[in-house]
Amino acid sequence: METTMKPTYIKRKRNGQISIKAGSKSERGIRWTIILFVVLTIAAFMFFDYTGLELWSAIIETGQNLKVMFFQPALNHFTWAEALYQVGVTLGLAVLATVIGSVIAFFLALMAATNLTKEWITKFVRVIVAFIRAVPTVLWVLIFAIAAGLGSEAAVLGMLFHSIAYLVKAFSEAFEEVDKGILEALKATGSGWWHVVTHGVLPSTFTYLLSWTFLRFEINFSVAVAMGAAAGAGGIGFELFMASGFYFDLREVGFITYAILLIAIILEVFSTRLKNRYFPSSMSK
Amino acid sequence: MALLQIAGLSKSYDNETKVLKDISFNVKAGEFVSIIGPSGAGKSTLLRCINRMVSISSGEVIFDNAQVTSMKKRALRQLRTNIGMVFQHYNLVPRLTVIENVLHGRFGYKSTLQGVLGRFTEAEKEQAFYLLRKLGIVEHAYKRCDQLSGGQQQRVGIARALIQDPKLVLCDEPIASLDPNSSKIIMDHLKSITSELGITCLVNLHQVEVAQQYSDRIIGLNHGEVVFDGLNYQLTEDKINRIYGTQVRELITV
Amino acid sequence: MSEKVMQKRKWQTTIALVIIIAITYLSAAITNFNFIDGLAAFPTAIGWMFSHLLITQESLEKLPAILGKLNETIFMSIAATTTAAVVSIFLSLMGSKTTSVNGFLSMFARLIASVSRNIPVVAWALILLLSFGQNSITGYLALFVGTVGFLTRAFMESIDEASHSAVEALTATGATYFHIVNKAVLPQSLPQMISWILFMIETNIRSATLVGILTGTGIGYTFDMYYKSMNYNVVALITFSIVIAVIIIELISNYIRKVMM
Repeated sequence: METTMKPTYIKRKRNGQISIKAGSKSERGIRWTIILFVVLTIAAFMFFDYTGLELWSAIIETGQNLKVMFFQPALNHFTWAEALYQVGVTLGLAVLATVIGSVIAFFLALMAATNLTKEWITKFVRVIVAFIRAVPTVLWVLIFAIAAGLGSEAAVLGMLFHSIAYLVKAFSEAFEEVDKGILEALKATGSGWWHVVTHGVLPSTFTYLLSWTFLRFEINFSVAVAMGAAAGAGGIGFELFMASGFYFDLREVGFITYAILLIAIILEVFSTRLKNRYFPSSMSK
Repeated sequence: MALLQIAGLSKSYDNETKVLKDISFNVKAGEFVSIIGPSGAGKSTLLRCINRMVSISSGEVIFDNAQVTSMKKRALRQLRTNIGMVFQHYNLVPRLTVIENVLHGRFGYKSTLQGVLGRFTEAEKEQAFYLLRKLGIVEHAYKRCDQLSGGQQQRVGIARALIQDPKLVLCDEPIASLDPNSSKIIMDHLKSITSELGITCLVNLHQVEVAQQYSDRIIGLNHGEVVFDGLNYQLTEDKINRIYGTQVRELITV
Repeated sequence: MSEKVMQKRKWQTTIALVIIIAITYLSAAITNFNFIDGLAAFPTAIGWMFSHLLITQESLEKLPAILGKLNETIFMSIAATTTAAVVSIFLSLMGSKTTSVNGFLSMFARLIASVSRNIPVVAWALILLLSFGQNSITGYLALFVGTVGFLTRAFMESIDEASHSAVEALTATGATYFHIVNKAVLPQSLPQMISWILFMIETNIRSATLVGILTGTGIGYTFDMYYKSMNYNVVALITFSIVIAVIIIELISNYIRKVMM
């Protein structure tokens, strides 16, 4: 009995050795994905445009540049007060895009949450969000710059798009996790939709919404720096662009980089604390 | 000569509160010993001192005539190879197959290179299947561990410990996360490890009845101290009360 | 009792809202942002988009050149992400609580990751541009550095989450560090890691557009060129090509994630 049962459970490889892998779809999927990555990476290095590249001297030169930047930072073209002001402008842009974005995202998220809205509306909102996410922020800012002029309005409007897309996803997921019982209980008392939202959904998710908004603010700070540099939106990013691309002043680039790094790390410390407190198991995607 | 000798063992994590205080006992080869006590009594720490998963603050642990307290890397690996361990939460690699998880128990015998290449001999694989058949889960050999029930996963954990060819198996609350049916199956298997294979077992439990039913000998731990050490029928009601404290008696029988 | 808690929460909420509104006003003042103008600009801008961002027959002739540049950008993002992932695996193994070898290396790995993540990609691009010049390598390196920082943090969390208990068990069997990493930690956290890599490839394609504008490479540069010469039909075509590329990659990523799990 025992011996006849034996062969049915043991799988063997072609060479007669006992196999220990299940040969499942997920194993194959992982293997093929890694192979795909390797092939694409090799292809990429063959396609690259190497115009005017002298690798070795470039590496040495970058090393020297980094040394000057990080060990001899200085301000030459503007004052401390001005530097502080420019950092303030960047932070301001980030705040505006985040706050306005979160208000709009709140309403859209109500429409995107499957437990609060009809299915076709959620699908529609999600398709729009996917489209918005696919256009890089810098393109949004540049496109708005044509219509609204190269002011802070264009920068904020452009930055709004990705903030909204990000927050709609986060908010609607938070809404979907609201206890079904709470919603049912409120509906049973004959409350209207808005009443359910303000008395059921909002109180039980408010801290999450605030945390997500802050996490987005952290991202928006570096987006605001980038928009200053690449889309002329002003602030510390623009100064960085001027220092490196216009004055070629490495010591000033170093100073500005330190300023950005300092703020970014402060924001990161805060957001890590928020995450550990409110989202212990999963990370923000 | 006892297989395991513990003398004056103390452990503190932060130099202030002692988790274990001056513990001494011996375990003979082939014994089935349960350690019981309320949670926080130091049961887990005690087991982990024996295979040095935690460092020993003071005192002696001698396993198979070798001083465990002062062991360095290579000797420590050797020690752990000879001691199997079974965990409350099974501690398997969920995405890997049952058979792979069982074979993980052989790494102690392999060089880094052999292990990294994943080379297992045919004899080792046959042994793994033999153990799975003995534990009644051979039909799941190629399933991923996260598709198994808790009781089945714990049997994989036991197979992983047994394939090490250990002299001693440490079980840290092996049935604490299982339902009564699975618990009985697991305890029966653990009992047969000692009775059939002659491997010594040291089991942390919090159910007194289970300990009385299965073990030869029971050690009671409270606040890091041994408050009882004797054969299972010597564990009387007032001895139990000394281990757990009178008031909480009703709670722990559940 | 619960009434008191409610009262306290209400207060906290009110205070939070007041602070947010104050900060928003301060921000509007410092950036010269005018809410009315912003609000008014929005419909105008949307109207402008629908009337000017149209793909014409003429602009379609530029499609092969655009696709070539887009291709360059996509490959740059993939290469930067995959090579950064290799470095990040080592850094995250050093930095993770579960698998760290010693405290010093762990600190070192975390420091490198933090600095490379918190200096924005634009700063790296501008710094590298100075000596590497106007070519793919500049953009590649800028993306690479930022990605190392991000992926190291993500991988560390994947490792800690996925394999803490299995590491304990394998240590107890007498397995060596390399056995444990190779046979328990990596197999268990690999799907999660690949998922992060896919996410980062998508993100990097968008960042590559930005970096391209600064370093004069890839699709970003092409966009900038037509944007500055006010050829909005081609601008529209480029934007739609990017959207389609990103969405296709997202769909492929989702498919891979589904197969792997």
